[in-house]
Amino acid sequence: MEQALTTTMTVNGTAVTRSIPARQHLVDFLREELGLTGSHIGCEHGVCGACTVRVDGEIVRGCLMLAVQANGCRVETIEGLSDTRELEKLQAAFHRRNALQCGFCTPGMLMAAQDLLRQKRKPSREEIRAHISGNYCRCTGYQAIVDAIEEVSNG
Amino acid sequence: MKAPSFAYAKPRSLAEAFELLDRPGAQVLAGGQSLIPSLNLRLSAPELLVDITGLPGLAKIERRDGSLRVGALCTHAGLERSAEVKEHVPLVAEAIPHIAHPAIRNRGTLGGSLALADPAAELPACAVALDAVVVTCGRDGERRVKAADFFKGLFETDLRAGEVLVAVEFPKAEKSVFLELTRRHGDYAIVGVAAVKKRAERRFAFFGLGGKPILLRPRSLEDGKTSLPAPAADLYHSAPTKLHLAKVLLERAWNKL
Repeated sequence: MEQALTTTMTVNGTAVTRSIPARQHLVDFLREELGLTGSHIGCEHGVCGACTVRVDGEIVRGCLMLAVQANGCRVETIEGLSDTRELEKLQAAFHRRNALQCGFCTPGMLMAAQDLLRQKRKPSREEIRAHISGNYCRCTGYQAIVDAIEEVSNG
Repeated sequence: MKAPSFAYAKPRSLAEAFELLDRPGAQVLAGGQSLIPSLNLRLSAPELLVDITGLPGLAKIERRDGSLRVGALCTHAGLERSAEVKEHVPLVAEAIPHIAHPAIRNRGTLGGSLALADPAAELPACAVALDAVVVTCGRDGERRVKAADFFKGLFETDLRAGEVLVAVEFPKAEKSVFLELTRRHGDYAIVGVAAVKKRAERRFAFFGLGGKPILLRPRSLEDGKTSLPAPAADLYHSAPTKLHLAKVLLERAWNKL
């Protein structure tokens, strides 16, 4: 049975109310309804991390949460965090360190990296690796990504 | 892939949840970190998802009669941050970082992990090793089941139709150790063990070996090694490999207890 529910959430600071089909994932809603295509869809079953977004301040998988479950929540995407310049240092370090090639994993990678840096001032390389363990990169590899995150944590 | 169609409801009370769960094809949704992938892969097709994350009082952590009662809706991340969990049941605190990845731990719940009963999951084994009590609630009130009796087999538990898992009561242990072998951080275990010392008894609950957590209470290390049951092979590891690795973990855990 197809059911749509009136759902209200704040996306990157703007209140949004829409009628959303129960089965639609949060990341599909953000991309298709709101045009926020920075969050990517990779595996669609929680393995690759390309769809990582922030809900009420915590990173989640956009493909493992229904959009209707975000009713009343504060959702932040790569677009929002770029606009507020929260990711400025990380983005510059990724650029400098060649920590991206095709760029598909980069939005999710930045969301996960920023989540770690908000929790810990100077994480070790091991801690960085553990925190981005749920984000897959298939081209540049992890060395440069870890380097970039470490560079920002060292100020 | 995308999930098939279903209806969605978010009850505000247990009574309302029981009513919704009586409907045909109804299924409880908590953190959704296992259920939603199975919907996306079309391995499961419920007609109605009953989202219990709005139920009041199910995310509390409280001391009660020498046990730590943890609400079913506590997320893995919440358990990871809890000073009480670290102090009272360090085994659980030690196990949490092995569960998937931070973004998944932010949504996945204790109750969801136990109710699903994945044979390679960490928390069911912790519950069995600690001799925890699983608290379920249905129309007729609460029911308390020992963890060892709660897990019946592969993805099979003692949870009855219409019931909701509401809490887990973890008793204290004198000493505990958690060990897990995986190919990559956050993967499901090839094999793992939750080990506990209580009075003179040593309890080892293995996961990733059989359809449910396998509890051993050996008198000696050799006794433990010979009483490990023959495991089934998984996609990547043969049965003899898994048995060998289980013996390695048993010895490491034995020496640490």
